[in-house]
Amino acid sequence: MLLFILRRLASAVPTVFIVVTLSFFLMRFAPGGPFNLERPLPPQTMENLMRTYHLDEPLWRQYLTYIGNAVRGDFGPSFIYKDNTVAELIGKGIPYSVELGSYALLLALIGGVLAGTLAALKQNSTLDFIIMSISTVGVTVPNFVVGPVLTLIFAIMLAWLPAGGWGDGSLRFLLLPTIALALPQLAVFARLTRGSMIEALNTDHIRTARAYGLPAKSVVITHAMRGAMLPVVSYLAPCAATLMTGSAVVETIFTIPGVGRYFVLGAINRDYTLVMGTVILIAVFVILFNLMVDILYGFLDPRVRHD
Amino acid sequence: MTISRLNFRAAILLGSLLIGASPALAEAVLHRGNADEPQTLDQAHTSINIEEFILKDLYEGLTIYDASGKIVPGAAESWTVSDDGTVYTFKLRPNAKWSDGSSVTAEDFVFSLKRVEDPKTAAGYANILYPIKNAQKVNKGEVPVDQLGVKAVDDKTLEITLEQPTPFFLELLAHQTALPVSKASVEKNGAKFVQPGVMVSNGAFKLAAHVPNDSLTVMKNPEYWDAANVKLDKVIFYPINDQAASVRRFEAKEMDIVYNFSADQIDRLRKSYGDAVHVAPWLATYYYTFDTRNPPYNDVRVRRALSMAVDRDFLAKEIYSGSQLPSYSMVPPGIASYGEPSKADFADKSQLDREDEAVKLMKEAGYGEGGKPLDIEIRYNTNPNHERVATAVADMWKSTFGAKVSLRNLDVASHYAYLQEGGKYDVARAGWTADYADAENFLALSVSGNKTFNYSKFNNPKYDALMEQSYKERDPAARSKILHEAEAILMAEQPVAPFLTQASLWLVADKVKGWQDNAPDQHLSKYLSVSE
Repeated sequence: MLLFILRRLASAVPTVFIVVTLSFFLMRFAPGGPFNLERPLPPQTMENLMRTYHLDEPLWRQYLTYIGNAVRGDFGPSFIYKDNTVAELIGKGIPYSVELGSYALLLALIGGVLAGTLAALKQNSTLDFIIMSISTVGVTVPNFVVGPVLTLIFAIMLAWLPAGGWGDGSLRFLLLPTIALALPQLAVFARLTRGSMIEALNTDHIRTARAYGLPAKSVVITHAMRGAMLPVVSYLAPCAATLMTGSAVVETIFTIPGVGRYFVLGAINRDYTLVMGTVILIAVFVILFNLMVDILYGFLDPRVRHD
Repeated sequence: MTISRLNFRAAILLGSLLIGASPALAEAVLHRGNADEPQTLDQAHTSINIEEFILKDLYEGLTIYDASGKIVPGAAESWTVSDDGTVYTFKLRPNAKWSDGSSVTAEDFVFSLKRVEDPKTAAGYANILYPIKNAQKVNKGEVPVDQLGVKAVDDKTLEITLEQPTPFFLELLAHQTALPVSKASVEKNGAKFVQPGVMVSNGAFKLAAHVPNDSLTVMKNPEYWDAANVKLDKVIFYPINDQAASVRRFEAKEMDIVYNFSADQIDRLRKSYGDAVHVAPWLATYYYTFDTRNPPYNDVRVRRALSMAVDRDFLAKEIYSGSQLPSYSMVPPGIASYGEPSKADFADKSQLDREDEAVKLMKEAGYGEGGKPLDIEIRYNTNPNHERVATAVADMWKSTFGAKVSLRNLDVASHYAYLQEGGKYDVARAGWTADYADAENFLALSVSGNKTFNYSKFNNPKYDALMEQSYKERDPAARSKILHEAEAILMAEQPVAPFLTQASLWLVADKVKGWQDNAPDQHLSKYLSVSE
């Protein structure tokens, strides 16, 4: 098992390296640079800036410098947020994103599996129809609609909850952004669970279990659920990585100080180092969660064993 | 006996006063929406106004803006100017202190100004202080930094020498780039001097906390020389860059002030919040420029006719929902040293009269219906609103003169690069936002020697001479008169046709007191208070 983890981690290194290299050069193909503003800077200022940030050097040298520094854990200064290094910005933001993302993941997983299971058990009933309609809405209605509507109702009309901000980090502040962030994923989990649950309920071993007269609850929870969870678990990795690296939309709507917006802001502002930082962050999260899911698989599916 | 009884009574009275006063001792907090996350709190790197709002609460320059947007003494209590207008001697306030209790010295200002011009600093706005002697050369690395024309005569006397008389120099000193840093703190902490817990500032407030993308909190600075008149204990700036989200937080009463909201919300918000909605002219002009090198735009009659035919009220109301105001002058209203700008002579006519006259002028010039064909290409930078303006203007010119109008848009960098490099065109959109509240900032754009920004290639010796004269004139009233004359020429000739003055949009809750709309858009929190 340990060997498996080590081997996987070792193979992640070249993956991250390729991602970094591709992003570094792709980004430089985009026209403009971090200091091209609506009102052009005087040439002298531009020259001083380019020199200070080593942007006047040939691209290959900039690349080698970047890789060299990154290996030592130095991801450079942000070109736009000049008071901070990229590591500081991401370091400050990531706890917020991970916390909010974890709540959203928990809500999406529990809510989605519950709804999906119910829908599967009452297949083609009104309940099934309602759950699946809601989850279709959840998938199709974007965050930037759900978020404002939630605030409009709960913060302005009813004045029960704050309209935004992290505040003291209490449930009051986090409830609405958690829901807005979780809803699309909850809907995916519900649809996945429903599909695989229906399939699981029709397998031979479940029919046998039923024929033995096992209580319905135990048939569903202990026997059908285990098989039905496989596709859900596979989806868990990309979903967790997405939720925990923050959402630019939800963070902007609710003023959450996470890292999600840095990817978008960095790209728009051509803040090269910041984009690289977020790319590496997302790559690392995806790799880690995929590894965790693979380990989890070993427990759920006896055909997959890592020893 | 009577005396002691009186004292006893007085004591009770005093006690009850204190108790009565205790609710007023509750913290006065202002929740200030600030449109975006500051990119830096370093005065050498700052470039945008949301940083300016924070920095000017934290630091105090030699000169500052009062609540009405007028220049008043700041860290300097007084100053004298040499007869030739090139040497400014500032007396710093004896009681001006940094938030760590140390004295604000002339040496701090010398250090700060040198730091901005030092090429190693790579300050984004270094050029705004180029009027200081040798500033440009220092910034280019041509002469050493110690050649900069700034000198500490003694602890509290600062002498600044200029390249040439610069009548608006006091305005420049109120820019955020000219805010001082504590020499001791920067030398000790390096780039970390901007961090909460480290920053030492000399303004009405000091930095208490900063969570990027969440909030930035400043607290009253007890060391500030005018602390007795600062009514707020705490100001929290919220970097909300989603305009709709900041309006929602205002409506949920979580924000007392919101800066910038979507213009299409003006009517709805006015209905719900009345006077809390502030739409004030700002120092930004939206104009079209004609390429005066080529026919027919070298003919003043054609330029005037085209300008007159544009219905500015329509543009302001229908396209900008009132967030821009109709304009007939290059200099926006509201500049204290300039007063009412010199408007074009057709400003007071009705649009119908203007169109009649425009048709007549165009006929005289021999273009349009019955004359030579009028083919016009309007260039603008890609933006939905600019496109709507261009479409509307094209329609006005078509219907008034039977002109054939085509549109051509480029991304903003390419659009301005083309104009600045002197590319040929017919008509092009341009915008100008003032760096400092002075008419010169707008009028110098059309001086023939201005190779970069004189897009129209306007070349009028009388105009150039007046502008030249304005730099030498020391008397503010006489200088204002000269500038008015210059603008009158510009507006008669119309190489540039101003259409709109941009407005600043603020929501200010009723409980906020001390707010005044002003064209430089300066709103220091030290003038504000909140009533519960």
